[in-house]
Amino acid sequence: MMIKLQAKDIVFGYTSTTILDNVNFQIAPSKLVTIVGPNGSGKSTLIKCIDRITSPQGGSILIDRKDVTQMSRMDMARYLSYVPQSSVRIFPTNVFDTILMGRRPHIGWLGSDKDEKKVWEVLRLLDIERLAMNNFSELSGGQQQKVLIARALVQEAEVMLLDEPTSNLDIWHQLDVMNIIRDVVKKKEITAIMALHDLNLASHYSDRIIMMKKGKIVAAGDPHSVITEENIASVYRVEAAIKSLSDRPMIMPLRQIREAKAY
Amino acid sequence: MTSFRTIFFSGKRNDLASKRRRAGKKSNPEMAHERFKFIRIFFVLGIVGLLILLTGIIITLGPLNISVTDSYSALLSRFWPDYFTVDALTARVVWNIRFPRILGGIMAGFGLGICGCVMQAVLKNPLASPFTLGITAGAQFGISIAAVIGISILGGPYFIIGNAFFCALLCSLFIIGLAAIKGATSENLVLAGIAVNYFFTAMSSLLKYFASDEQLRLMTNWGMGDLAAFSWTNSQLLLIIFIICIPLLMTKCWDLNIMTAGDETAKSIGVNAEMTRIFIMVVSSLLVATIVCFMGTIAFVGLVAPHMARMVIGGDHRFLIPASGVLGALVLMSADAVGMNLIAPTIIPTGIMTSIVGVPFFMYLMMKGKRKEFWT
Repeated sequence: MMIKLQAKDIVFGYTSTTILDNVNFQIAPSKLVTIVGPNGSGKSTLIKCIDRITSPQGGSILIDRKDVTQMSRMDMARYLSYVPQSSVRIFPTNVFDTILMGRRPHIGWLGSDKDEKKVWEVLRLLDIERLAMNNFSELSGGQQQKVLIARALVQEAEVMLLDEPTSNLDIWHQLDVMNIIRDVVKKKEITAIMALHDLNLASHYSDRIIMMKKGKIVAAGDPHSVITEENIASVYRVEAAIKSLSDRPMIMPLRQIREAKAY
Repeated sequence: MTSFRTIFFSGKRNDLASKRRRAGKKSNPEMAHERFKFIRIFFVLGIVGLLILLTGIIITLGPLNISVTDSYSALLSRFWPDYFTVDALTARVVWNIRFPRILGGIMAGFGLGICGCVMQAVLKNPLASPFTLGITAGAQFGISIAAVIGISILGGPYFIIGNAFFCALLCSLFIIGLAAIKGATSENLVLAGIAVNYFFTAMSSLLKYFASDEQLRLMTNWGMGDLAAFSWTNSQLLLIIFIICIPLLMTKCWDLNIMTAGDETAKSIGVNAEMTRIFIMVVSSLLVATIVCFMGTIAFVGLVAPHMARMVIGGDHRFLIPASGVLGALVLMSADAVGMNLIAPTIIPTGIMTSIVGVPFFMYLMMKGKRKEFWT
């Protein structure tokens, strides 16, 4: 099997708590992989550790067998791009300039027409060209998310990391953003790894799902093998019914599982 | 200023856009973007032109009558004596009295404007100015020590100035060092800056409490900020610092653009956010300390010049850094000209005049501008 990205023994924690406990996984090229898990399971931290936004205390990340943890930030940015959950702008910046930031790993001091062409290309790809001169802060949540994805795309990295790209979005925009991610994974042949809360979205769009609990991977594989009643019960402590819809498992949460209290 | 935007950037939705593109023409947003690029360049060149024009006009103000043409001739005759001639008295007045002060204003305003601009970017704080890091408080403390206790690092003509410079630099390096150990986030830097500011202000006040009347006067005068202390010798020193610091700051213009989007984003795009922040702070502290030790507290320019520039040309630091510098120079030299001539022959100190003239103008821009997020 070809391996695009490999995480080896990723360890991260604060003084008293362990957030990531020797996480290991491998991902094949041009796949959409989703990391799911309850709050505090470490999925967002894992995404940030892969991109060294928070530095892991141990372990290494290999992309095409090259260790990106040993690279400078600028070199690493050519391999990995990152889409934050949201972005607050203190000073006004228009959409074009926001996306142009993503060209930094490739840009000279003055910037060239080539960089600007790339930005227009991506603006058209995501159908947000008309927003180019709008102020980023004045956009809706869905539009902002698209701009952040566009910025990661102009970075031209082969692996894109996304931290809960659909949180704060209504269902129409959730689908819109997920469709965009699925399309760019196919068209640009990149690998996307995202942390996601919504299990049904994860199941519907992902090629592979990684399920985490307390900083460890408890299940990984295609949606059918991960989204099971047993896994949902043990990881989320929720009793759920799983139905198959267009060949994807769909989950209907029924009730919480509470441990019997000892009186 | 908002009218610029309404005229040029109303990027309408247009189905014709794709047709135009197929025909090899640029779409509406692309045209709007081209116009925006043009405006940015035009604006920077425009304010440089205004600076040159104002220099000529301000030189004419004073007891000796000099026409605008004479003032330019006097300036240019130094470089091309064959082409420009002017009588000896005019040349002497222009070169020895009037122009040095204007040049001092331009240099100080330029430096402070640029420092304000880069500091606001790395601290992600529209309230940041060259004085956020306690540079003035440090310098004031240095002056107080020299004036009251009579101890100075350098002797001779630099007895007071040297102390101001080193204390200002020491104070900001202390803050930067503190933040570097604890993690150089913008919050840490701003908090440490404010805390140290209070400390050194208190120390200065303590010295003031024991100072004689003469010593008090010396300290107060410096605090008002004055261009009178500026001379040709000082300008050479300042020029050397400018030549070192400003290109260093300009090389970081892309990183500064990215830093305003937050540390997480900056790191993911390949910018080492904390190192960049420390670098910018060290370089701009050096620049500000040099300006402040000669000219005293001229706080307002560094805060508002970047905001004024941002209102017109947006947040791209390739243009914002020079524009902030030139606008800072414009504000400072105009305010100083008013201070010199308002109740002549009494000269009102530059620092006082800059705030008295500058604040109402800034308020006017603030109320007029619709893009309220500049001040959130």
